[in-house]
Amino acid sequence: MSAHPAERARRTIVTGVIGSDTHIVGNRILSMALEKAGYKVVALGALTPMADFIRAAIETDADAIMVSSLYGQGELDCRGFRDHCIEAGLDELLLYIGGNLVVGKQDWPSVERRFLDMGFDRAAPPGTRMETVLAWLETDFAAQGRARAPG
Amino acid sequence: MNAALLIDFGSTYTKLRAVDLDARRLIGTAQGPSTVARDVTIGMNAALACLERRMGALPRFRYRLACSSAAGGLRMVTVGLVRELTAEAARRAALGAGAKVVGTYAYRLTARDVDDILALAPDILLLAGGTDGGNSAVTTANAGALARSALSCPIVYAGNRAAADDVRCLLADKRVIVTDNVMPEFNELNIEPARAAIRRVFIDHIVHAKGMDRARVACDGVIMPTPVAVMEGARLVAEGTAGRDGLGETLVVDPGGATTDVHSIASGAGTAGAVPLGLPEPHMKRTVEADLGMRHNASTIAEVAGIEALARDAGLSAAQCTSLLAAIASDVERLPRTAPERALDRALARAAVKTAVARHCGTIATVYTPTGPVTVQHGKDLSRIAAVIGTGGAIVAAPDPHAILSRVLADAGEPFSLRPRAPRLLLDSHYVLYACGLLATAEPEAALELALSHLAPLSEDPRHERAHASD
Repeated sequence: MSAHPAERARRTIVTGVIGSDTHIVGNRILSMALEKAGYKVVALGALTPMADFIRAAIETDADAIMVSSLYGQGELDCRGFRDHCIEAGLDELLLYIGGNLVVGKQDWPSVERRFLDMGFDRAAPPGTRMETVLAWLETDFAAQGRARAPG
Repeated sequence: MNAALLIDFGSTYTKLRAVDLDARRLIGTAQGPSTVARDVTIGMNAALACLERRMGALPRFRYRLACSSAAGGLRMVTVGLVRELTAEAARRAALGAGAKVVGTYAYRLTARDVDDILALAPDILLLAGGTDGGNSAVTTANAGALARSALSCPIVYAGNRAAADDVRCLLADKRVIVTDNVMPEFNELNIEPARAAIRRVFIDHIVHAKGMDRARVACDGVIMPTPVAVMEGARLVAEGTAGRDGLGETLVVDPGGATTDVHSIASGAGTAGAVPLGLPEPHMKRTVEADLGMRHNASTIAEVAGIEALARDAGLSAAQCTSLLAAIASDVERLPRTAPERALDRALARAAVKTAVARHCGTIATVYTPTGPVTVQHGKDLSRIAAVIGTGGAIVAAPDPHAILSRVLADAGEPFSLRPRAPRLLLDSHYVLYACGLLATAEPEAALELALSHLAPLSEDPRHERAHASD
């Protein structure tokens, strides 16, 4: 992954709303905020199948994928997401998810646990502030950098 | 008289069109054999002699421009990263550049892939992969694999800009032309620079490599592959010139012996509310259906259409069709002579035209979401296109061209296919489209008038409709 340093100055993040879900507003706000924070954003928009997230991440050499799901079917749509990434050679990619991830009133820690078990690095409940997400990214990218550094 | 000579070095014939540039009309047509394998000038001289006989004396030609699809056409292999993304973008760029795409590859090239590519012996290889600043590992690995191979054809690089320097270094021993990325940003198609680079390579190298530069004594140069000439002709007819409007968005269908080509000059944008999915579509789009050829692939047309349906359309029995198809397969030069042979050809052409245009045009589908149904669109919406032009012998020489060309039209039974609904149907009966595409490079106004005055409007012929009341 030895791209030109000037081109790699910015981290690339793929965003989109997964499955048969048309709720685009939150995802668009997220994409704008990420861009403002200096990330290169590849916004796939609404109605995006899992395979399209992965294809986009390969082609753009993305550092993270941020999945939005607002209609309660996130658990079904995201089944095997991490496995598919590994299968496609995207081993070190950060995988985040946020939104109304499940149907009905379920307690957040159990929902979060479920998505972390599926291989997501972070899961964001409704109402998560942008600042929190940006802080997560910084922490997680820094941790990756430490892990990759020799010694 | 101010005249121009437009030449098509085809794989079977060398065709000539002589044009009076002042009157803006065709003054002579002729053809000779295709002799590219031996000496391109033999067929050219035979065609010129034929033209001279027909016209009395040849005028002095101000322009003598040629296109070519001879010697196997412009054979290209395309390589990209993700099959649906840069690999597809590269394939579209090659098709748009008039190429015969003989192989498409995605992801890392294996040793076997490289062997396959060498066996395909392409005229040009188009290497893409990665958005600008995106993945460069796979593209540079592929460049390295090609560098280590015995591949000798020119390589056009249209991949990740950030990897261009590395690729150029790796391929230092090959002829490599670096151009802009076919997909600079995710899902953003940018195929014009690659098309232009391919055309330059065609003029600078391929024409010479195929022995076509010997034609220079009789013409000013072979300036483009024939499919590009047809596409440029279609573009002129669609868009017009500064001085005269064109017909508006146009589609061209050309059922040939080996493939059926479809070109569209149209935005393809859908109706408001439809969510476009997939790779963006090029304004000038060419598709080539390699399984729909009137002679070389007649049996696959029958497979696609279904032998029963084909037989019904031809008014023959399935057994009759099968034996006639076998006869075509054993002698692809064979032209129909008997009534059943003509009926089968008509049915083959109808099936090829319908299927090729259906594949070229996009589709809509309804996705049911918890918030209600949403319409999504794949591919180009060509339902509101203004004109459809039929070209090539299978339509032009048919007794009832309308019965074949009308198969492009939308069908109430297939409401999700975005095929043309109410276009003008035109017939390229004098085979002027390629000539107009060539002439447009020198005299666009004259080329446009020539096209508009020689494309014949088609309407239903009631006699034929009665003869085929079973349609």
